[in-house]
Amino acid sequence: MTATAEPAAGSRALDEVKIGGLGSSRPRVEDARFIRGRGNYVEDVTLPGMLHMEILRSPLAHARIKSIDTSAAWAIPGVKLVLTGEMAAQRNLAWMPTLSYDTQAVLATDKVRFQGQEVACVVAEDPYIAKDACDAIVVEYEALPPIVNPEQAVAPGAPLIRDDKSGQADNIAYQWEVGDKDGTDAAFAKADVVSKLRLHYPRSHPSPIENCGAVADFNNATGKLTVYMTSQAPHIVRAAVALIAELPEHLIRIISPDVGGGFGNKVPVYPGYVCAILCSILTAKPVKWIEDNTGNLSSTGFGRDMYLDSEMALTNDGKILAVRYHATTDQGAFFADAQPTKFKIGLVHSSFACYDVPVGHITAQGMYTNKAPGGVAYRCSFRVTEAMFFQERMIQAAADDLGMDQAEFRRRNLVRDDQFPYRTPFGFLTDSGQYLKCLQIGLDAIGYDDFLVEQAEARKQGRLLGIGISTMTEPLGAGNSREYDILGIKMFDSAELRVHPTGKAVLKIGAQTQGQGHETTFAQIVTHELGIPATDIVVEHGDTDHTPFGMGTYASRSTPVAGAATAMVARKIRAKARKLAAHLLEVSEEDVEWELGRFFVRGAESRGVTIQECAMAAYSNMPDGMEPGLENNAYYDPPNLTWPFACYIATVEVDPETGVWDVLRFVGVDDCGVRINPMIVEGQIMGGLTEAYAMSNMQFQTYDADGNLVGANYMDYLLPTAWETPGFELHEVVTPSPHHPIGAKGVGECAAVGGPAAYVNAVMNALRPTGVRNIDMPLLPDRVWHAAHTGQDVSGAPPFRTE
Amino acid sequence: MYPSRFRYEAPRTLDEALALLAEHGDEAKILAGGQSLVPMMKLRFAAPGVLVDINNVAGLGFHEETPGGGLRVGALCRHVDLEHSTVLPGAQPTMAAAAPLVADPIVRTRGTLVGSLCHADPQGDWASVMLALGGSVVAASRRGRRTIPVGEFVVGTFQNALEHDEIAVEAVVPAAQGVRSGSYLKLERRVGDFATAGVAVALESVSGEIVRAGIALTGVGPATIAATEAAQALVGSTLDPDVVDRAAELAAAVARPRTDHRGTADYKRHVVATFVRRILTAERAPAGAAA
Repeated sequence: MTATAEPAAGSRALDEVKIGGLGSSRPRVEDARFIRGRGNYVEDVTLPGMLHMEILRSPLAHARIKSIDTSAAWAIPGVKLVLTGEMAAQRNLAWMPTLSYDTQAVLATDKVRFQGQEVACVVAEDPYIAKDACDAIVVEYEALPPIVNPEQAVAPGAPLIRDDKSGQADNIAYQWEVGDKDGTDAAFAKADVVSKLRLHYPRSHPSPIENCGAVADFNNATGKLTVYMTSQAPHIVRAAVALIAELPEHLIRIISPDVGGGFGNKVPVYPGYVCAILCSILTAKPVKWIEDNTGNLSSTGFGRDMYLDSEMALTNDGKILAVRYHATTDQGAFFADAQPTKFKIGLVHSSFACYDVPVGHITAQGMYTNKAPGGVAYRCSFRVTEAMFFQERMIQAAADDLGMDQAEFRRRNLVRDDQFPYRTPFGFLTDSGQYLKCLQIGLDAIGYDDFLVEQAEARKQGRLLGIGISTMTEPLGAGNSREYDILGIKMFDSAELRVHPTGKAVLKIGAQTQGQGHETTFAQIVTHELGIPATDIVVEHGDTDHTPFGMGTYASRSTPVAGAATAMVARKIRAKARKLAAHLLEVSEEDVEWELGRFFVRGAESRGVTIQECAMAAYSNMPDGMEPGLENNAYYDPPNLTWPFACYIATVEVDPETGVWDVLRFVGVDDCGVRINPMIVEGQIMGGLTEAYAMSNMQFQTYDADGNLVGANYMDYLLPTAWETPGFELHEVVTPSPHHPIGAKGVGECAAVGGPAAYVNAVMNALRPTGVRNIDMPLLPDRVWHAAHTGQDVSGAPPFRTE
Repeated sequence: MYPSRFRYEAPRTLDEALALLAEHGDEAKILAGGQSLVPMMKLRFAAPGVLVDINNVAGLGFHEETPGGGLRVGALCRHVDLEHSTVLPGAQPTMAAAAPLVADPIVRTRGTLVGSLCHADPQGDWASVMLALGGSVVAASRRGRRTIPVGEFVVGTFQNALEHDEIAVEAVVPAAQGVRSGSYLKLERRVGDFATAGVAVALESVSGEIVRAGIALTGVGPATIAATEAAQALVGSTLDPDVVDRAAELAAAVARPRTDHRGTADYKRHVVATFVRRILTAERAPAGAAA
C-alpha cells in the first residue's frame, strides 16, 4: 500500500509519518481543548434571554392519562410555559415519525407506554424553577397491566400497547425473514449433529458521558431556527426538522458543537429536542434543555434486548452445513430503531459472514412492550453486535457438542484467503481478509496450547480456568446507496477542501465526531494525498450552514465513507495543482510527476514545485483560462461495505465459591485495513473491549414485573472503571480494503461487537465440567455461582425478580 | 439534577452549628462529606430546608489512638485519612482492611466515617466495622453529650438515633481486651458499587485464644446486622475448622438478604458464610503459630 511504501532512492518526497500522514500516531488535536476544559458543549452555549426547559416523565410503565392539571405549575413565579401533549397536538407535534417508519409520542396524550415517557414540559427562567414546576403538575393515571418481555406481549389477553395505531391488533411490531428455508431444511436433514442454543442478549444503553441536550433558538424576526444539539448526524436532523416540523430547510441551522460521546445514542431525534424547538417557537426565546442521567438512561435509545433460538447443522468431522435461527427483538413502546437499512432487523444477517456456511435461514419478529423505545446501534452497525455474539456463542456450543477443540473448529470453517470476494449465505459480499492468519497470531500470543495444559492442571486442584475465542467480520460503512437510506436520503458522505494561498487548508466534512478524533485523522488523509503537513490543516464539521451535507457518524462509517470522500476531494485538488505545477514548471502536464508534497519534471527530478507553491499560484499566477482558487468538494457513494476482521481471546479464572471471575489475559488481533492513526485505532479497540467487558460482566438494563426500570442511574447501571478493566494485548494484521481509496476499513465498533463473546465463551469454557450451556449476560457473580452449583443454564430475561 | 431550594449555613464553631440545629430542628441537615446527602438532594429524594455545613468547624478532622488499643474518629475525618493512616495498620486490622474498600477513591477524599454511620445505609461499610468492634458514637447538642453504642445508633434503614438538635461529633472504638485481629471482605460488582454483601470480623485474643469477637454484616438486611451468636461461638476457641464452619453457618443464618439486581437471597447468604470462613481461616494461621 502507498501508506507504507518507501520513497524511491533520490526522491525528495516528504516523510509521510513525520508530516502526520497515514501511519502517524500524531497526538489528537482535539485534546488540547478537552484536557484544558476549553471544549464547547451544548451545556456551554448561553444565549441572551435564554430560558430553561425541564421534562416531566411518567412514573408508570403503562397507564391511561385521565387528566393533567398544570395550574399549580403555571402559578410558580418564573414559569413561562407549561406544555402538554394536548397543546403539542394543536401544532400536530404530539407524535413524530421514527426512523423505522413507526410513530412515537413526543408528549403523551392518551396513554403512557413506558416508565420515563415524556408527559409534559416546563419552560422557566432557570432550571430549578422549571423542575419545581414539573413537580407541581398533577397527572391522574389509570394503571394498565404492563408488558416487559415478548412472551407476555403475545400471551392471550395481553393488553394492546399501540391502540393509537389503526389496524394494529396485536403487539407485533414487525416480522421478517432472510435466507433459503428449503435449502436449510435439506441441509439439516443430512446433519450428523445438530447443535442448539437459546439465549438473551440483554438490553444495554450507550450511556454517553454527556447526556442529550439542545439550545433551540427560533428568531421570529428572521424566521430562522438555530438548534445547538448533541447530534451524531446534524444534517439528517435538519432534513428531519424540515420534513416533520414543516419549516423551510434553508432557515434551519443545526449545530453540533463538541459532543461528549454518542455510541449511537445521539443519532435519533428525541422528544426533548422537538419540545425545545416548539417551546422556542412558542416563547420566541432561546430555550435550553439539558437532559439528566436518569432521563438519558430511561428514555433514549437503548441497544440489544434480543432473544436467540438457534440451531446449527454439523458433520462429525466439524464442517458447518447450515445455520438457522429465530431472533425476537423487544422494541419497547415504539419501533424506533435508528437504522438506515431496508431490513427490519438491521444487519443481523451479517452473522456467519466470516465462516464458510453454505446455507442458512433467519426469521425475526419485533415486539412492542412497555419499555423505553429505541433500538439504537450501540457502537455497532444495526444489530451486528447481536449477530456476532449469537454467531460466536453458537460456534463455541457447536465445537463443544462435537467434542472438538474450539480453535480447530474455527480453522475448519473460517473463510480462506483465496475465497474473496466471498458471498455469504445471506447475500453479503465480504471484500477481503486473512482470517486464519489473525486466528493463529491470537493463539500464539495467548499461548493456547500451554494454557490448555495449565487449565487441566488447575482443574485437578479445583480451580476453574477458561479460555474463550471470538472471531468475526462485520459490515461497516453504510451505504452503498442502493440498500441504505434515511428518510429516503441515500447513505453517501461528503468532504469539501479549501487550500489557502499559503498552502494551509480547511477540510469540511459531513461526518460528526463524538470523540473519534476526526479533526486529527481526516487531516492525515489530506496529508497523505497532498503532502500538506497535518498541522497545516484544520477540520471542521457539525454546522449545517457551513459544512457539506453528510449522513453523520455511526456504524463505523466515517472513515469508510467520509474518509473516502476526503481522499477523493484531495485528489481533485491534486489534479488541479498538477495543472498549476505544469504552468509553473513550463512543461506539459503529462511530463509532471507527483511525489509526496511536490510535483517535478519527469527526468529532471530537481526541477519541481511544492504543493504550497501550487496553492499560491492558484490565487496569484494561474494560467490563462484557468478558474482561480484551489478548492473543491466530493460526494462519495461506497461500492460496498468494508469488512474488518477481529480475533479476540480471553483467559479467565472463576472463583467457584463466589462466582466472581477475573480476566487473566486478553489478546486482540484486529485487521481493519490500512491504519490512518495507529494510536487512535488502538484507543478505539481498547475502548470497545472495555465496553464489551462491561456488557459481559456487570452492565445491563432490565425491568421488573411492574415495568420499573432497573438501571436508570449510574449506581445501578455500571460503567467499569480502571480498577476492573483488564489490560489488553493488541496485535495487527493489515489487509487493505480493495475498494476504499486508501485501503481503510471501519474499526470503531469491532471490539464492542466481537469482544463480549470472548469473555462469555471463556467463562463458559471454565464451567464446562459442570455441564452448563449458557448464562445470559451480564455474567454476574450470582448467576455464575447458581449455574456452577446447579449445572443449570441461567436466564437473564425480564421481568427481573425482586423481593 | 436540580435540588429543591434550601438555605445554606456554614458555622465556624461547633456551638454555632448546635445553635442552628436547635433553631431549625428537623428542617436542618448536617453536611460533612456530602457523598450521600448531595446526590439525594440532586435527585430530590432529600429536600432539607437548611443545610448546616460543618466543614469550617475546626478540630473535627482527627483520628487518634486511645489507651489500650482504642480509637477516636472525628466527624470530619475522611475515609482517605483512614485509608492512609499510620495509626490503623497493626492496631486496628478490621478498620485497616475496610478503609481502602469504602466506595471509590473520589468518594473517599470527601466522605467521612461518622457521616457513613449517620447515613445508616445497610450497605455502608463502616457501620459493620464499628458494630463488630463494639464501637459507639458521641452525640453533642446544646443539652450536652451522650455516647450511643453503634448497635443502638443504627435503628433502621437510613435511620439513626440522633435527636434533631444533635450532631454526631465522633466515633469511638473501645480499648481491646487482647490482641486485635480481624478483617473486612466485601463483594461488589465494581469499585464504588454498593456492597452485594460484606462481612466485618473483629477479634481479640490472648495467647491465641479468642477472648472477644464481633461479626457484622453489610448489605444483607434492612440495617447493618450484628451476627452475635456467630461471634459468641468463637469466644474461647482457637478458630479450629469446625468452629469456623459453625460461625459461618450462624452468620449466614442471621442474614436477611433480599433478591435484587446484586444477587439472589440464597447467593448473598452463601457469600456471607464464605467470607466469614475466609476471614477466620486466614486469621487462624498466625494465631495458631503463636499458641
